[in-house]
Amino acid sequence: MITLTHFQILSAALFAVGMYGVLARRSAVIILISIELMLNAVTINLIGFATFGDFAAAHKTLGQVLVVFIITIAAAELALAMAIILRLYRNRGSANVDEVNIMKW
Amino acid sequence: MITPSLVLFYLAGALTLGGALGVVMSRNIVYAAIGLIVALLGVAGVFLLAFAEFLALVQILIYGGAIVIVVVFALMLTRLDEFRQAAEHKQWPLAALAAAAFFGVLAAGVARTAVATTDRTEVGFLALGEQLFTDWAVPFEVVSLVLLVALIGAVVMVRRTGERG
Repeated sequence: MITLTHFQILSAALFAVGMYGVLARRSAVIILISIELMLNAVTINLIGFATFGDFAAAHKTLGQVLVVFIITIAAAELALAMAIILRLYRNRGSANVDEVNIMKW
Repeated sequence: MITPSLVLFYLAGALTLGGALGVVMSRNIVYAAIGLIVALLGVAGVFLLAFAEFLALVQILIYGGAIVIVVVFALMLTRLDEFRQAAEHKQWPLAALAAAAFFGVLAAGVARTAVATTDRTEVGFLALGEQLFTDWAVPFEVVSLVLLVALIGAVVMVRRTGERG
């Protein structure tokens, strides 16, 4: 039987993998993809609570409403971030985050 | 107790985590994009197992369609064959340690916290739509405006300078 714990553990694992990607990779595009993975981990957690949590019906629906908002914001964030990365690549000739240190003192 | 739904959950979870590991481990940037697709489809499967059919559809359409295409375009336009050399920072062992420690903390928190749960209950299209367009109508409109502004901002930002007007 699936329980809430399954969803929570899967969510935690996915978030940790995404966190490794953000911390360890040099490519800005990969870092962005890893952030998307972390957002997906959060949505899994929300859906898990919406399905298994012992709440009032309106609050269970709220979990799914929040996921709709998360997906929309993620799309907006990704479009903007990709534009910034393209701009960065044109100006600096690289999309590696460790080579972009113009704001480093 | 092993039920078919549990087996399916493990399958979807393995797909999700496998794809995610493919994203963060792969040397080849195209494989990373494919790993992202696999992971997102796995998440859609998890949504289906939680009776969130609408969100599973949204997940496949928005993530599997739109977002992956944006990522692939960005990969093409930034000529990522240069990335072959060293894909990771020097401090990647520290990053792995931090991620593992974070997972440990989360897992311990999950194991030690008792949450009142019920059996799987379905929320349903109708309830979701009703709440989205009554209680959350204003945030819903605001978020669509945010999306519009972000997309226009993205278009403005990638135009070459001197092209305006």
